[in-house]
Amino acid sequence: MSDVNERPAVTERRIPAPAQNLESKPFWDAATEGRFLIKRCTACGKAHWYPRTYCPFCSSGETKWEESPGEGVIYTYSVMHRNTPVPYAIGYVTLDEGVSLLTNFVDCELSSLRIGQRVKIKWTPTEGGPPVFTFTPA
Amino acid sequence: MSIKGKAYVIGAYEHPLREIPDRSTAQVHMECALGAIADAGISKDDIDGYFCAGDAPGFGAMSMADYMGLKLRHMDSTETGGSSYIVHAGHAAEAIAAGKCKIALITLAGRPVGGRVGLGGPRAPGGGGGRPGGGPPGMQGGGINEVPEAGYENIWGGSTHNTYGMCAMRHMYEFGTTSEQLAWIKVAASHHAQWNEHAMLRQVVTVEEVLASPMIADPLHRMDCCVVSDGGGAVILASPEIAKSLKRPLVKVIGHGEAPKGPRGGQDLDLTYSGAVWSGPPAWAEAGITPADIKYASIYDSFTITVLMQLEDLGFCKKGEGGKFVADGNLISGVGKLPFNTDGGGLCNNHPTNRGGITKIIEAVRQLRGEAHPKVQVPSCDLAIAHGTGGSLGTRHGAGTLIMERE
Repeated sequence: MSDVNERPAVTERRIPAPAQNLESKPFWDAATEGRFLIKRCTACGKAHWYPRTYCPFCSSGETKWEESPGEGVIYTYSVMHRNTPVPYAIGYVTLDEGVSLLTNFVDCELSSLRIGQRVKIKWTPTEGGPPVFTFTPA
Repeated sequence: MSIKGKAYVIGAYEHPLREIPDRSTAQVHMECALGAIADAGISKDDIDGYFCAGDAPGFGAMSMADYMGLKLRHMDSTETGGSSYIVHAGHAAEAIAAGKCKIALITLAGRPVGGRVGLGGPRAPGGGGGRPGGGPPGMQGGGINEVPEAGYENIWGGSTHNTYGMCAMRHMYEFGTTSEQLAWIKVAASHHAQWNEHAMLRQVVTVEEVLASPMIADPLHRMDCCVVSDGGGAVILASPEIAKSLKRPLVKVIGHGEAPKGPRGGQDLDLTYSGAVWSGPPAWAEAGITPADIKYASIYDSFTITVLMQLEDLGFCKKGEGGKFVADGNLISGVGKLPFNTDGGGLCNNHPTNRGGITKIIEAVRQLRGEAHPKVQVPSCDLAIAHGTGGSLGTRHGAGTLIMERE
């Protein structure tokens, strides 16, 4: 496994266009402009992920989009070695806003990834859709 | 037992719109739920049972439960087309009468008209509107675009292997669990499978062999993964009167619990525990026994880490001590304290159509009847548990616990 782990980057893995609906469209429209949005409830003050119209904690419909710098730490990850043209790393990042999201780690030695490592957002192109929020070591 | 007089309708709400081109289908489900909640004068957090059918986006009840932020101890996605919700009302009354939940929510929503415009249209990639993927109208909740988490999660190459791998990685980080300890789970399964003539993998393996098998998704090796197989199974339950009129040993259901778990808004994400922390306690309480009383355990083994986490969550050992608990053959029948998956389980025997729940019940029934293979039969096996996790441990899953007793 070490031989494949030493290959840099996973940008070769082609990422499909994300599914979209009318609730998620503002997120993807902002992504196209390079802006990363999360949602925060103005009633209870909590941020949440993935973005919803109604707060998953207090059910309020008073949620608003908030631009995030897209920085945080790796909560966990796993490098996929089999059944893929190139190894890639999937994982969760806990943003500084306190919410965790599923993502891929790119532009790094996959074998060097560690839980707790600081990472930042890097937009990665998709096949015919808006760019997606991958992360790379900060 | 009858449901007569055991349940009341406390809230009802009809969505006022007839064409909804401007929001997601999940959102409309939520609006219906909030309407009924307001009508009843309760809080969303009072709800502990949820029922939906094929119009709900996502995977059974799990996507919508996570979208709405529901914490549940009963769920049901029975599908009978347009009559589903009437069937659900009956099932909800049964569940309330049986004490399985106190307040049950049923939702229906869809946008076959509004979905024709905008992003959810039938021509959108992945389907949409009323006929996703060629299915019957109103099924599959409007296609992949309407599954609320899909756009944010389906793009990352998530598979069962790597989403369970992420759980194992975090468990190792927090508790010092090792690959050697995980390997012991596979070793135990292989000791059992050698006696099962139908098992796919009958060769006994060692910890070293598990660790030497190819890495699939860190930190899970090939031998940490279950087999892929065809096959199936069936189980029949009946009233005590009927059971006693038959000629088979009496296996009685004495406890049950269920619960979904998901990232639920992304706050306090913790992948080191499963929904068993919620499905287990009501099952133990109903049965009136504790894990120490169990003679045999069928534990869903999609991966070795699945077994380890569920054993902890069910209370067979403390959180974080699963590694020590499974090591040194503690799960091997005749050797350790908790014989598990004596058919070889998913790791060695089979995993029919990637769904291992029914074989977990079947082997527990064999053990309770004294009909397991003599080499793995647990002596005087009078109490057994069958527990499973469906979906993905690393994202959304549903846990189910069943405790049975030999009468």
